Amino acid sequence: MGTDFFILMKQELVIIAIIFVLLFIKVGSKEWKNENILNLVNVLLLFNFVIGFFWNEDGILFNEMFRTNKLIVTEKSILSLGTYIISLQSYSWLKNHKHVLEFYMLLLSTLVGMFFMISAGNLLMFYLGLELSTIPLAALANFDLEKRKSSEAAFKLIISSAFSSGLLLFGISLMYGTTGTLIFSEISQHLNGNPLQIFAFILLIAGFSFKISVVPFHLWTADVYEGAPVSVTSYLSVISKGAVLFVFVSVLYTVFKPLAATWYNMLFVLSVLTMITGNLFAIRQNNLKRFLAFSSIAQVGFILIGISGASQTGTASVIYFVLIYIFSNLGAFGVIGLVSALTGKENIEDYKAFYKTNPLLSWVLAISLFSLAGIPPTAGFFGKFFLLMAGAGQGNYILITIAALNMIVSLYYYLKVVKAIFMDENETPIEKLTIPASPKLALFICIAGIVLTGLMSYVYEYIFSLTSAF
Amino acid sequence: MNLSILIILPLITTFAILFVKGLKQVRTVALIGSAAQFLLSLDLLFVYWKERAAGNTTQFLFDFDYTWFAPLNIHYHIGVDGISVAMILLTSFVVIAGVLVSWTQETLNKEFFFLLLFLSVGAYGYFISLDIFTLFFFLEVAVIPKFLLIGIWGSGKKEYSAMKLALMLMGGSGLVFVGLAGLYFNTSINGAHSFDLIQISQMHIDIAAQKLFFPFAFVGFGIFTALFPFHTWVPDGHSSAPTAASMFLAGISMKLGGYGCLRVATYLMPDAAHYYSWVIILLATIAIIYGAFATMMQKDLKYINAYSSVSHCGFVLLGIGMLTQTSITGAVLQMVSHGLMTALFFAAIGMIYSRTHTRMVEQLGGLLKVIPFISTVFVIAGLCSLGLPGFSGFVAEMTVFMGSWQNPDQWYRLATILACASIVVTAVYILRATGKTVMGPITDLHYHGLADATWNEKVATGILIIGIVAIGVAPFWINQLVTPGAENIFQHLGNVLK
Repeated sequence: MGTDFFILMKQELVIIAIIFVLLFIKVGSKEWKNENILNLVNVLLLFNFVIGFFWNEDGILFNEMFRTNKLIVTEKSILSLGTYIISLQSYSWLKNHKHVLEFYMLLLSTLVGMFFMISAGNLLMFYLGLELSTIPLAALANFDLEKRKSSEAAFKLIISSAFSSGLLLFGISLMYGTTGTLIFSEISQHLNGNPLQIFAFILLIAGFSFKISVVPFHLWTADVYEGAPVSVTSYLSVISKGAVLFVFVSVLYTVFKPLAATWYNMLFVLSVLTMITGNLFAIRQNNLKRFLAFSSIAQVGFILIGISGASQTGTASVIYFVLIYIFSNLGAFGVIGLVSALTGKENIEDYKAFYKTNPLLSWVLAISLFSLAGIPPTAGFFGKFFLLMAGAGQGNYILITIAALNMIVSLYYYLKVVKAIFMDENETPIEKLTIPASPKLALFICIAGIVLTGLMSYVYEYIFSLTSAF
Repeated sequence: MNLSILIILPLITTFAILFVKGLKQVRTVALIGSAAQFLLSLDLLFVYWKERAAGNTTQFLFDFDYTWFAPLNIHYHIGVDGISVAMILLTSFVVIAGVLVSWTQETLNKEFFFLLLFLSVGAYGYFISLDIFTLFFFLEVAVIPKFLLIGIWGSGKKEYSAMKLALMLMGGSGLVFVGLAGLYFNTSINGAHSFDLIQISQMHIDIAAQKLFFPFAFVGFGIFTALFPFHTWVPDGHSSAPTAASMFLAGISMKLGGYGCLRVATYLMPDAAHYYSWVIILLATIAIIYGAFATMMQKDLKYINAYSSVSHCGFVLLGIGMLTQTSITGAVLQMVSHGLMTALFFAAIGMIYSRTHTRMVEQLGGLLKVIPFISTVFVIAGLCSLGLPGFSGFVAEMTVFMGSWQNPDQWYRLATILACASIVVTAVYILRATGKTVMGPITDLHYHGLADATWNEKVATGILIIGIVAIGVAPFWINQLVTPGAENIFQHLGNVLK
């Protein structure tokens, strides 16, 4: 303990400190202006991101309840960066909101939950982190307080989360029953693949699948994404998904390594189902948030291919892809959120001839969509390429071919949006928007990320070097 | 010579375009950039010759290797042989002509020239890549600019054509990806896999793997070069595209596919190339004959040229499928020749269309009397297309036929005869189209007031005609340029046979 405690848990502690600062502002007598609160939070979040680069040590705390190493710290930094970008993007929406402080308190507590979940070395700790990261999210989904759809979304989210938590808990208890331990490092030694263990494992996978909306556990996604405020939707789709994916990868490769043959086939089926369903449904969507919801389901299908790869390339490509996915998806959500906050329009039809009035935003949206579709020179190309290469490393070329064909379908719907923006005529296009400084910075970070993370190979090499140790 | 300049220069031009305003400045920057690139390509040709004359017999000159993604052994590896130099020359000819032809592109001019030059970055990078990841990267870079160029500035059912083109080409690159991944995981250098073209060519890939992945790579690249039955994007894409984009599509973009079929699929998987050559020949022959007959039925000038491109690109694939040294040389010559010729054709069609506002053959007539320069250009392009001696088309097709005949198999000879026969059909549609539009009475009174070519149009077509005639009248230089590269490929194929 002692200094160890502060260094190993630095990121959690900073977030908690920020929450306390906000709490003091709330109970304090002085009335703060929304703009000032937002700027303060953004600075603190940036600090939280930066701190991830210093004093990185490996270590274990609380009897393996909490473990950390450079890879985990990097994963947390990626999430911190994403949260920072989302916070910048929410500026226009939160500026006039009555409950900014509550928004951030809830948001940051989910982030702490995710940090604990990623660092968990014990199934119970993992479960606690997961719950901490989902329950406040339901409240956040309800943050457009006047909109009925928002409450509906929150309700759907809490119900489905509760259900998936139930599955997860059932799985955990069965796992405890068959192995006699909850500690990750010990479970793997007691796994022998007997039917009860497989059953418990399937329940755990189902729990995970709910959170990252793998088909057939995706049904909540579209409705929740559509109803929730754009900032919360983007948080749900990148940060919360990313966190669960990080855990998913490490749990599969370390804890459930003895069951590799089982989960490889499972991933094969799930990823094909997820890709195809996500893609086919995305084609028919008209609301951009729903559209991105289904596209994100399809993206998860691709990520599952990467997970099915060998442990090191698999882990590295998944983490790399999540980083790129954060940039690309937040780039798209950033534009959609701005337009939605300033004009209330969210449908693809509204975006017709968007280019005539807002060329810059159009390019940002288009580049983000190209990155999601995996078109070079954007980072998305590299991300997808490495995911598929990781999958191809196992020699399963059927899966790769299916994925390659799915790329065509996904390109079709991304280009449909691009077509609406650049090519279609519209008598009443969205008027010219003035973008505040914070969202501008956020979009700039996203575009810089999309361009640089791919072409500069250092990012991938760095992540790869981290994964080699585990 | 540092080959990276070939990518960096157009990149700088594209960025410079972002910082200028108004058509005049934009087009000036674009012209300066593409002219510099044009000179650079000529310089490359001379430097290449000098190096070869000095006795440098390395397969690829000006080699540069930089480790890009170390964990996957991905390199940014570039270098050129004669074939790549020829393709780079072709690209720079077409790019500068394309910029000049779009001289009066008023709507969204900045974006237009940006995308045009960005597309050329993809092409240049593609032709110098010696690492198949880099190659694949540049191949895909060139897809989206085409989509936007056609969709935004096109005519007719442009959105449909743009989407069709983008999706089919994406499908092509998807298949290429599977092929490349398969190749990669079947290579082994001390346990590590490699994307390096030279390294892969030196090792023996397992024959079963070759047979499995060759179709992916070949068909994938083939889609780009209108391999039957995946040619359907060609007519729609070409006819809807604005003039410069049509020139790029037919002149450069379709050549990416042919080059890939040759350089990656055939060269790296020689056993499978032998195994599947009859399929390639069959499809190529169908494309040649079907393309020729389909062209006969067309009434729109752009459709005529698009379908004839299907037929002409069939010769490229035929030459590759025949697997003799001469036929491979012929395939490369045909790529260059067809690139220049079809770009010229589309330029002429664009000029006629911008004046008469129609591309329908029956509505045109007697243009030689009112716009003699453009009409002459149009006729030259037509004659080159039907393979008149003195123009590049003759040299290229002749070489393909000669090479094909060298393949002793009787069925292959039958295919060669059929392909040869298609030239007659070509003559029919070309002569019909040019005769009707250029000769005869003037069909519309307002044609009397048409203005002939402006200086930029004259320069653009002049450059392309110089290229066509330079190959047609004095083919030895390009033959010398291409043959060593083709010889390398052929020897590689031959070694496997024994």
